[in-house]
Amino acid sequence: MADNTEILAGLAEIVEEVAGIDTADVTAEKSFVDDLDIDSLSMVEIAVQAEDKFGVKIPDDQLAELKTVGDAVDYIAKNQ
Amino acid sequence: MSTDVVVTGLGATTPLGGDVASTWDALLEGRSGVRRIDAEWVERHQLPVQIAAPLAVDPSEVLPRVQARRMDRCEQVALIAAKEAWAHAGLGSGEDMQVEPERLAVVIGTGIGGAVTLLNQDDLLENDGLRKVSPLTVPMLMPNGPAAYVGLELGAQGGVHAPVSACASGAEALAWALRLLRAGEVDVVVAGGAEACITGITVAGFVQARTLSQRNDDPQRASRPFDVNRDGFVLGEGAGIMVLERAEFAAARGATVHGRLAGAGITADAYHITGPEPEGIGQSRAIAAAVRNAGLEPADIGHVNCHATSTVAGDVGETRAVRKALGDHPVLTAPKSALGHLVGAAGSVESIITLLSIRDGVIPATLNLEELDPGVELDVVAGEPRKMELTAAVSDSFGFGGHNVAVAFTKV
Repeated sequence: MADNTEILAGLAEIVEEVAGIDTADVTAEKSFVDDLDIDSLSMVEIAVQAEDKFGVKIPDDQLAELKTVGDAVDYIAKNQ
Repeated sequence: MSTDVVVTGLGATTPLGGDVASTWDALLEGRSGVRRIDAEWVERHQLPVQIAAPLAVDPSEVLPRVQARRMDRCEQVALIAAKEAWAHAGLGSGEDMQVEPERLAVVIGTGIGGAVTLLNQDDLLENDGLRKVSPLTVPMLMPNGPAAYVGLELGAQGGVHAPVSACASGAEALAWALRLLRAGEVDVVVAGGAEACITGITVAGFVQARTLSQRNDDPQRASRPFDVNRDGFVLGEGAGIMVLERAEFAAARGATVHGRLAGAGITADAYHITGPEPEGIGQSRAIAAAVRNAGLEPADIGHVNCHATSTVAGDVGETRAVRKALGDHPVLTAPKSALGHLVGAAGSVESIITLLSIRDGVIPATLNLEELDPGVELDVVAGEPRKMELTAAVSDSFGFGGHNVAVAFTKV
């Protein structure tokens, strides 16, 4: 089980791979859409990779609720 | 309003070079872009064709990684060539862009489109299931993808079009751009073709149609249009893009003009799905139409940049079409001898070469032309490039489906 710091670091690596954003810029308070400029297609890719990496399920209705990086970290921590 | 259309920007990435200048230099030096393919699928499928003309500069060396991973290779090459052409035209960007977005259109065709994406994603679906299929699958495989990505990059809001006519697509794009500009619908069009489909199934499909050269032991001499020992074409990849403008618009902004897209002719054979009509009637009508459309006489056309792919059936028929449309005087060359066959990009890359031949007064040689097919009764440049003052020239492009497109360029 990864702790929140590890989840954030792992998620940042995925975001870097998919959207080319420096891992240092992927911080808890950032909004995927408004701050990191990630579109809905890339969000699907990020979700699929996060599911594999952390062994969680992220259904579409849940994905839509994950507005910030912190939301995603909390969701993964609760559901892994 | 004048209906003149001028060329203000050129861009290309080809088997001979990553841009227009390196491609043109390589052509004049007589270099070949054909080489052996070392892909695993050649061995695995025991393909009888082990040669192709891949890009000289891989798109991954040019595009940012994240931008590239969202695009099929045919979209990547379109974007690379379009960016070069746009910079060459000096039209600026953002606040400083010299054309209104609503007055800027894109017309970029492809023959095959994102076939490689389709295959890769199908493998993922079959082997790993739905979750592994990329959400970018459709925008990567759609044949309007190259045009759409270029339109997105440049902010073109005056319409984005993607003519699809196999190996004539790139030339047909220029013809449609000419119509849009003459009609005054827009001021600037970014037009051309893109292709990147060197993979097992396309090679296998062309092999089964008996169209590819099997001269595997001597790749650089495999593509030999008009030579008696030709045995088929060599599949290539690349993109060629022109920035075209209404002449008045280009003059008003003080643009450097490299030549004029003076006319275009489009016809169809309605004869056979792949084979050209043997007397070249439809091809001849396209060439004649382009010359008429340009307001020129056959005697004005000093040079024809041929479609000639190095197939047994096609090359001689084309020379009959040229003679029928123009007479015995035009001097011919066949750039596919060096570039291979760029399919949907062929017509636009070869149009760039035609324009440069007029601008620089030199026609590149047809490589590997050692013994002229006796059916060819015209003068073909071979051995060395030929210096020749040209005021007007035609580029031919023909495609599976019976598509015939000819475009005429003139000196400024």
